[in-house]
Amino acid sequence: MSIPAAELTVGQEIGSVTIPVTRQDLVRYAGASGDFNPIHWNSDFAQGVGLPGVIAHGMFTMGAAVQLVTDWTGDPGSVIDYQTRFTKPVVVADTTAQPGVPGAVLEVRGTIGALDPEEATARIDLTVTFEGQKVLVKAQAVVRLS
Amino acid sequence: MTINPDLQGRSYPAGEVYTVGREAIRDFARAVKATHPSHYDVETARALGYADLVAPPTFAIVVAQRADAQLITDPGAGIDFSRVVHADQRFTHHRPIVAGDELVAALHVDSVRAMGGGAMITTRAEISTVDGVRTATTTSSLLVRGEEQQ
Repeated sequence: MSIPAAELTVGQEIGSVTIPVTRQDLVRYAGASGDFNPIHWNSDFAQGVGLPGVIAHGMFTMGAAVQLVTDWTGDPGSVIDYQTRFTKPVVVADTTAQPGVPGAVLEVRGTIGALDPEEATARIDLTVTFEGQKVLVKAQAVVRLS
Repeated sequence: MTINPDLQGRSYPAGEVYTVGREAIRDFARAVKATHPSHYDVETARALGYADLVAPPTFAIVVAQRADAQLITDPGAGIDFSRVVHADQRFTHHRPIVAGDELVAALHVDSVRAMGGGAMITTRAEISTVDGVRTATTTSSLLVRGEEQQ
């Protein structure tokens, strides 16, 4: 992979993507990650601890959002630093009986937040929203450009 | 339950070895909807210069959360897992994780701050190979909500 840093400018958009999320996605993420907290798959339990309903793992959202960045660089190993703050829960409705209907939809947009020509790195700032509200804040991925 | 303020500064030594398997990388990649072929196809990964399948950027959380579990399940810590909310997360990769890596994680409790009736706990996992090659540093802040906080 080699993105010519000279052709990039701060503020430039790298792309956007829409990510549909279902309860099954959360069960799959629970299994793959080992995070079986029932707030991510059981409505009664989630409401019992004061949540509006089953919520996505923050790490699911963080992990899914960064694909925009690695698709842009063409190399998943190009991400040398990735951080975010989780500000709002992504409540995923139970659409199990309606195959193909998402329980939540995430909108992800990436822009170049900073460039470091000496280090040949770029910081990509991700905007991740659910129902029009930001669910990740200061979501930033630093990638190696060559 | 109240959070033990003496947790700050505590460290948990590297525990069991986590061996990164190809199927674990494929399963995790599917779970975060990652489609890059280097997560699934060994030849593609090798063509990019990796020894084997390369893990998605957030895969290190699997190893980090196993290390966090030592703290969360420590009866002396006073943490009710059902009241834990992930507040922030950072990954710093010293080199990409690939299938075949044998990883260990040492956990450090960097800070414990009272927040309302609960607490914000920041942990750092230093992940390395069993041979001592630094792989990733992960930092997690966990908000443990107090009983009266809904």
